[in-house]
Amino acid sequence: MHQITLPMDDATVRSLTVGEPVLLSGVMVTGRDTVHKWLTETFIKKTRQPAGDDLKVYEAIKPLLKGSVIYHCGPVVAGLDSGNYRFVAAGPTTSIREEPFQGDVMRHFGIKGVIGKGGMGAKTLAACQEVPGVYLHAVGGAASLIAQTVVAVLGVYKLDFGVPEAMWVIQVKDFPVVVTMDAHGGSQHTVIEQQSRAILVELLSRP
Amino acid sequence: MQDLTEPILELVRLASTDLPPDVEHALREAVVREKPGSAARGALETILTNVEISRANSTPICQDTGTPIFYVRHPEGWSSRKLRSQIEGAVVQATQRAYLRPNSVDSLSGKNTGDNLGGDYFPTIHFEEAEGDTLTIDLMLKGGGCENVGAQYSLPYARGGEAPMQAGRDLAGVRKVMLDAVYQAQGQGCAPGILGVAIGGDRGSSYYASKEVLFRKLDDANPNPDLAALEERLTGEANQLGIGPMGFGGQTTVLGTRITSLNRLPASFFVSVSYMCWAYRRRRMVYKDGVVNYS
Repeated sequence: MHQITLPMDDATVRSLTVGEPVLLSGVMVTGRDTVHKWLTETFIKKTRQPAGDDLKVYEAIKPLLKGSVIYHCGPVVAGLDSGNYRFVAAGPTTSIREEPFQGDVMRHFGIKGVIGKGGMGAKTLAACQEVPGVYLHAVGGAASLIAQTVVAVLGVYKLDFGVPEAMWVIQVKDFPVVVTMDAHGGSQHTVIEQQSRAILVELLSRP
Repeated sequence: MQDLTEPILELVRLASTDLPPDVEHALREAVVREKPGSAARGALETILTNVEISRANSTPICQDTGTPIFYVRHPEGWSSRKLRSQIEGAVVQATQRAYLRPNSVDSLSGKNTGDNLGGDYFPTIHFEEAEGDTLTIDLMLKGGGCENVGAQYSLPYARGGEAPMQAGRDLAGVRKVMLDAVYQAQGQGCAPGILGVAIGGDRGSSYYASKEVLFRKLDDANPNPDLAALEERLTGEANQLGIGPMGFGGQTTVLGTRITSLNRLPASFFVSVSYMCWAYRRRRMVYKDGVVNYS
């Protein structure tokens, strides 16, 4: 199986095509609904002023995200009292909710991969072709298994967003994903949607 | 009155970390239907390995431990106020032990309460007094990914576009909108899913019943022969759509369909579809004569 160590270079990203299983190792950052909205409003569209530790966090996450991946995940974390964090369950959340933000976030930070589930739309696919980047599908609900690939929690930002919405910096080893959107405009999600629509139309025509 | 906080905590642990046997059986039957080496087969194999790891380590099957939905049927004389406080106590402890993720978010401020409590509906608890001396608590954990792809249709329902349809007020119309709900969900609800469907009711009772019917086991036959036939047909046809596990394509899009019906107003004909992900976490606790049993 294709093994990739993060961060990725452009040649590696472009070598990946839809349908390919990949094992990821290295450092990545989690981020989901609140994070994408916050990043977009504060640093990309700048419709709100930075407040609190916003600028400090921004400077800290920039080098972590460049060339690496953002993981749509709201984990179950042990050790919240001691600060000795450990991921207990950490599968992907549905990615399409980040569709309004994802492409711009990828361009702004140079993010080369997005891990989630369910796939994303045309705006993200366009960003995958430009940056370049890939969408990497993890198995939804496989939370205990994926948590075992998280070998260390290196830190956390924006814990005030709540445990599921915070940015967790994690080191992973052999995190299993499948490429379902590539840097060449390929999307397995578009293909499956079109095929299933044709079958739906046929089924609806039956009595 | 007996303090059931500890037994309820065990109910939550079981629900979150140990998939019910009928669901695991359906997944094991599904895996052999997929082509060896395919992404669909790989996803189902990963799912089954994850189920085993979760059971062995008492860790959540899915990190989205959902809205805890409790259905309590208690004998005469039990205090629902005290039972509520015991359930809430168990939920707080389950969160501290990482059986549950802190999932209760204030919709206005965005703040997570951190302990899975919040208002009258988190956790959601339904009480009903039952005959006899047995107390039964059913618990379902339903994550947000599958909850978001649930759908409610008001029949007659018609639309044009790329998948045009006309669904009338009969079981043929019900079948059409159910198929549409599966198509619309694609892989977003963590397919292969289980469909809980309610025909009739008002908007609120219809959705409520579509969740309640998901407490029926997958191998439990529908007493109504027309609904039993529709359940079987719908599962078969949904699997022809080829969406497959996780939307990777493949033979298994739906593991089963459970349908119930409610009386409706002459003017209304709702069909509500609650999509349950493969991580179909439901467990039952029965308390009688000081003895607790789980299933």
